[in-house]
Amino acid sequence: MDTVALLIIEVLNGISSLALTCAGLAIIFGMMRVINFAHGEFMMLGGYTTVVATNAGVNIWISMLILSPLVVGIIGIISERLLIRFFYGRLVDTLIATWGLSLLLIGIVTAIFGNYITGVSAPLGNFALGQYQLSIYRLVLIGLAVLLFVGIYFVFTRTRLGLIARGTMQNPDQAAVLGISPPRVYMITFGIGAALTGLAGGLLAPISQIIPTVGFTYVAQAFITVITGGTGAITGTIVASGIFGTVRQLVTYETTPIIGGVVLLIVAVVLLRLLPQGITGKIFRRSL
Amino acid sequence: MKIALDLKSWNTRGLIFVGVVMLALLFAGPEVFDLFVLLKVILFVSTAMLALSMGFIWGFGGILCFGQSAFFGIGGYAYAIGVINMGESTVPILLSVLVPAAFAMLLGYFMFYGRLSDIYLAVVTLAVTLIFYAFIRSTSGEEYVIGNARLMGFNGISSIPVFNWPGFPNSPLWPDDIFYVATTLLILVYFGLRILLRSHFGRVVVAIKENETRAEYLGYDVRFYKMIAFSIGAGIAGLAGCLFVSFNNFINPDVFALGLAAQIIMWVLIGGVGTLVGPMLGSLALQMLYNWLGTQTFASFLNTYLVFGAIILIFVLAVPQGLQPTARLLALRFLPFTRPPEEKARGGGDD
Amino acid sequence: MTDARPILETKGLTMRFGGVVAVDNVDFSLAEGELRCLIGPNGAGKTTFFRCLTHQYKPTSGKVIYRGDEITGSHTHQIARRGIGIKTQVPSVFDGLDVRENIWLSARRNHKDREANRVVDEILERIGLTHLAHQLVGQLAHGERQGVELGIVLTGDPELILLDEPTAGMTHEEVHRTTEMIREINRTASLIVVEHDMQFIKAIANKVTVFNQGAILVEDTMENVLKNQQVRDVYLGKREVA
Repeated sequence: MDTVALLIIEVLNGISSLALTCAGLAIIFGMMRVINFAHGEFMMLGGYTTVVATNAGVNIWISMLILSPLVVGIIGIISERLLIRFFYGRLVDTLIATWGLSLLLIGIVTAIFGNYITGVSAPLGNFALGQYQLSIYRLVLIGLAVLLFVGIYFVFTRTRLGLIARGTMQNPDQAAVLGISPPRVYMITFGIGAALTGLAGGLLAPISQIIPTVGFTYVAQAFITVITGGTGAITGTIVASGIFGTVRQLVTYETTPIIGGVVLLIVAVVLLRLLPQGITGKIFRRSL
Repeated sequence: MKIALDLKSWNTRGLIFVGVVMLALLFAGPEVFDLFVLLKVILFVSTAMLALSMGFIWGFGGILCFGQSAFFGIGGYAYAIGVINMGESTVPILLSVLVPAAFAMLLGYFMFYGRLSDIYLAVVTLAVTLIFYAFIRSTSGEEYVIGNARLMGFNGISSIPVFNWPGFPNSPLWPDDIFYVATTLLILVYFGLRILLRSHFGRVVVAIKENETRAEYLGYDVRFYKMIAFSIGAGIAGLAGCLFVSFNNFINPDVFALGLAAQIIMWVLIGGVGTLVGPMLGSLALQMLYNWLGTQTFASFLNTYLVFGAIILIFVLAVPQGLQPTARLLALRFLPFTRPPEEKARGGGDD
Repeated sequence: MTDARPILETKGLTMRFGGVVAVDNVDFSLAEGELRCLIGPNGAGKTTFFRCLTHQYKPTSGKVIYRGDEITGSHTHQIARRGIGIKTQVPSVFDGLDVRENIWLSARRNHKDREANRVVDEILERIGLTHLAHQLVGQLAHGERQGVELGIVLTGDPELILLDEPTAGMTHEEVHRTTEMIREINRTASLIVVEHDMQFIKAIANKVTVFNQGAILVEDTMENVLKNQQVRDVYLGKREVA
């Protein structure tokens, strides 16, 4: 009985951390169609922000929930201004440019902090589930992931900013005619996506090891999940996270994390072979 | 199309020039270089072949693969495992080509027949590479044995036998001979690709890169052509991996690590997408830069990623065409004798 | 001629995008040797219908039948191999290759090497682009690129040709030449032409199919269509007819 409960919590954990990993990318790639190959490095920077701030005596919640998104959001806007905006509409060039950005960010962080593993310990301690000890923070993380996606959905469907952003992504020329400045909207949306990515990096910092190259463990699964999600970026990402998170966690539980990763990739490739438009491709344009 | 051997055209001149340089290297190499330099050159030849494979699938097939190093690594491991088990190198050399080509065919089937977008292709190939990295690193245990060959995890496989004369397992090649073999293979692969690109198959591959939809309207099955081109590229990368291993007597999972995957893309980016000589020169230039930086004290704060990232950004922002086409444009402009008599209005490099 | 057996038919062809029905249960039939124009106001479903025929879109339901065989599920390249030539609205050519290479790629699919070269010369002559044979197609004028695309299509010896707005962006002179060429093509192949230019349609077509709101509104001779009150209401009222 305890084992079943444990497994359910593990699966929910897997889903929520995958969904968190994808949140920013769902906006930057899913909605803006900008391929940010430095997504993993934005998460890595969020992680480092939390680690450095917490070790400097800042409250860990403030580090994770405020500083990480703030720092990475600013870095995101700087990258957008200096680099990414020159490549809008040119998919392959964006891919290479952001890949260069990703290596540069790894290089800078390595130069500053060295190629060592760091981390922070999870707050809130443990609770007992039968014979197992479980981290309370992991449970909180599940709740935070749900809150985050409810928030994103609310912002993009119910607020003026969200409507402007979606309108601009669908038809920048028309938006410009209505007096909206598309470059500004792109910049702000990219910034929000980066901030969410930083937030995810911060929130996942206590349960992962942080090294400069940690981003590459995130970037592939994040892209795979968002692409499999399909045209309805937010809904699709949630559904795809649900499928992949469950598969990976169950396989990992039975075997090793490496095999879990392999199976996730195989499931994704086969799924895309069956549903080339992604999961929400069938429900064309009706979901967000 | 029938190709007249027009000695005046830029393309033919370029090909002859490349051929002469390569043959000069082949024959003069062991005379001019001492053993230390010769070994370095063998390494360069191996990476040049890897660059060539990427230059082909990206520049002519339009397939941006972020995991070309995976095929290099698979080729290397296939050779290592084969030669340790067989005690002879001829069949393992073939395996180093066939195993990655077959794997690429399988992967390509899912990617191209599933009509995955460029982005997904990049992500899947990168993910495959990183999974190989993680998996091979985790194989240090004694249970990971293929025949007589232990995989040894992150320690890598060492004491791998070098090439021997076909049929004579006990007469290994000397470094001079390996140099000849490697350089000859590079020349064969380069001109082989050139011939391929002038064949019907090659022209269709280029046409697909130009306009996939039109190629389909003509009745060409683009999925098939892409899968085969991808598989050929993988086979060449595997052969490069085999040369690398034979020269080193050693392979470890770092061939699957991020660094090499990044470098391959940079070689092509620096040399010029859509050329074959460019990527080879790109690989040479980058490795020389890298070796030089390693000896400079002022550069001690630099690390691989920083340098690679900066180079990619500089090129993608400032020299997007790459060095070879840029140099060619400059040459055409400022060196009158390089101009073919009848300047044909052509884009991208063909030599 | 029009009472010959159909070369192409659709039965109940329907294409939905989410809630929008772009093509609604269309039964269409084209006789062997016929030249048919598809007209209709913007958004009437002509182009979507056209793309369902070429399998650029997979129809939601219904069938496409070519010479008695269902080709609904076939891939674009398989449809092309059956002898259907396709010319798109924006010229779809190989910009990075020269004119000769463009045509050669089409010729080489059906012919051996030497034969292919002969066919290429012939086609270049026919479309009047021999003097531009070694020019990159990307550097040609719009009308010339249209010509190259037409050449590519003709090279495949198609039995049915689908033309999407062949005169778009052409000069008066070029339209005239295209009209001649389409008449000539029609001697050996059946054609479906999507067009806006009424002068051009009058010049080439016997029979036109009028689309409105995803369905066929009228199918008749050009003369009768011009007189038809329904057609005037949905279409001609908004557009200058000469």
